[in-house]
Amino acid sequence: MSSVNPGALPQSDEAQPKKRNEWPLWEVFIRGQHGMSHRHVGSLHAPDADMAIRNARDVYTRRNEGVSIWVVEARHIAASSPSDKGPLYEPSESKVYRHPTFYDIPDEAGHM
Amino acid sequence: MYAQMIQSEATAEDPDKLAAFEARIAAGEKIEPKDWMPAGYRKTLIRQIGQHAHSEIVGQLPEGNWITRAPTLERKAILLAKVQDEAGHGLYLYCAAETLGVSRDELTEMLLDGRMKYSSIFNYPTLTWADMGAVGWLVDGAAIMNQVPLQRTSYGPYSRAMIRICKEESFHQRQGYDIMMKMAFGTPAQKRMAQDALNRFWYPALMMFGPSDKESVHSAQSMAWKIKMNTNDELRQKFVDETVPQAEYLGLTVPDPDLKWNEERGHYDFSEPDWSEFFDVLKGNGPCNADRMEARQQAWAEGQWVRDGLMAHARKRAARRVAAE
Ligand SMILES: [Fe+2]
Ligand SMILES: [Fe+2]
Repeated sequence: MSSVNPGALPQSDEAQPKKRNEWPLWEVFIRGQHGMSHRHVGSLHAPDADMAIRNARDVYTRRNEGVSIWVVEARHIAASSPSDKGPLYEPSESKVYRHPTFYDIPDEAGHM
Repeated sequence: MYAQMIQSEATAEDPDKLAAFEARIAAGEKIEPKDWMPAGYRKTLIRQIGQHAHSEIVGQLPEGNWITRAPTLERKAILLAKVQDEAGHGLYLYCAAETLGVSRDELTEMLLDGRMKYSSIFNYPTLTWADMGAVGWLVDGAAIMNQVPLQRTSYGPYSRAMIRICKEESFHQRQGYDIMMKMAFGTPAQKRMAQDALNRFWYPALMMFGPSDKESVHSAQSMAWKIKMNTNDELRQKFVDETVPQAEYLGLTVPDPDLKWNEERGHYDFSEPDWSEFFDVLKGNGPCNADRMEARQQAWAEGQWVRDGLMAHARKRAARRVAAE
């Protein structure tokens, strides 16, 4: 639901014909329950962080979906690019010995 | 409230990239914002999601009309919550559209200057309280029929927005049916109001699925790209099949003399809406087109100083913070 895309800022609109005074884009992360991590739920526009949190309350937690809200301006997020997919994740693919199932432990040794 | 299905354009694309893209879609993978996609896919999505977002926002107006006149405090609180949800739906969808490289304000401008449309259903007036029942039951009901399959749409942000929306939509339909039950089982005058609301909203609700797409090539492209999951006719039939027993339970008559259960097909036979009326309303000649656009234009123009003021305040505070560091 969001553009985690630091290249396309709502403010950097040279490409657009008319200058807009648009509120920046914020990405919203919500902790659904105590003990869980914050999860990305979407994005919204707000003039500043305080308003972004208030808006996030109204837009993303109308039914008790959260106990904590984080917001971060979308332009501060750096993201991996889809074309990196292969080279970026390849090193972990070849390391089967990182998984417990790589090792045969005899039943006699008991639960491990 | 609903995604009006829109035609897509075929474009000349790099055949290798296109083939890889279509293979991903066939494998059920979601396409994400930074992934390569054909220009036609992007363009069709911007129009479809944008139009859907505008429909959620404009769709607040016919119901907003009754908030101050709801018959009880409880009904008022419920209607307020429902209309607030629709604002939320609009925002989820604008965010999804923004991931495709168009900004929310840009989309709003396109709505306001008539380059983009919203669902024609919202150009009909809400004349009595029973219309709040009919809108929730039929209009949100038809919206759900459209939206449920779109949860599986191929574009990730759109799919996620639809999942959130569908979670909230069921309450909308049920509160509408609850109003209809109260009216249909009430005094004779209340029952007449309920019947009148059904009479006026039945065909406009059937129109929400769009004209028959039997002959449309573009529709086939959208289905292949999983931007659209079912044909308009399939969804309309499903809606009729589900809604007729609900009307019967209320003791109300669907305003279609040719409505009949077809044993062989296992579906209801029903009359098509008047498609010339549909195209006329789409062109701007419905009973409320001018009112709706005027309300949106007024809200946008009168909100300008608030948007600018808050932005100026935020910049001033940010500058002060920098100066203090
Ligand atoms: Fe909605
Ligand atoms: Fe709704």
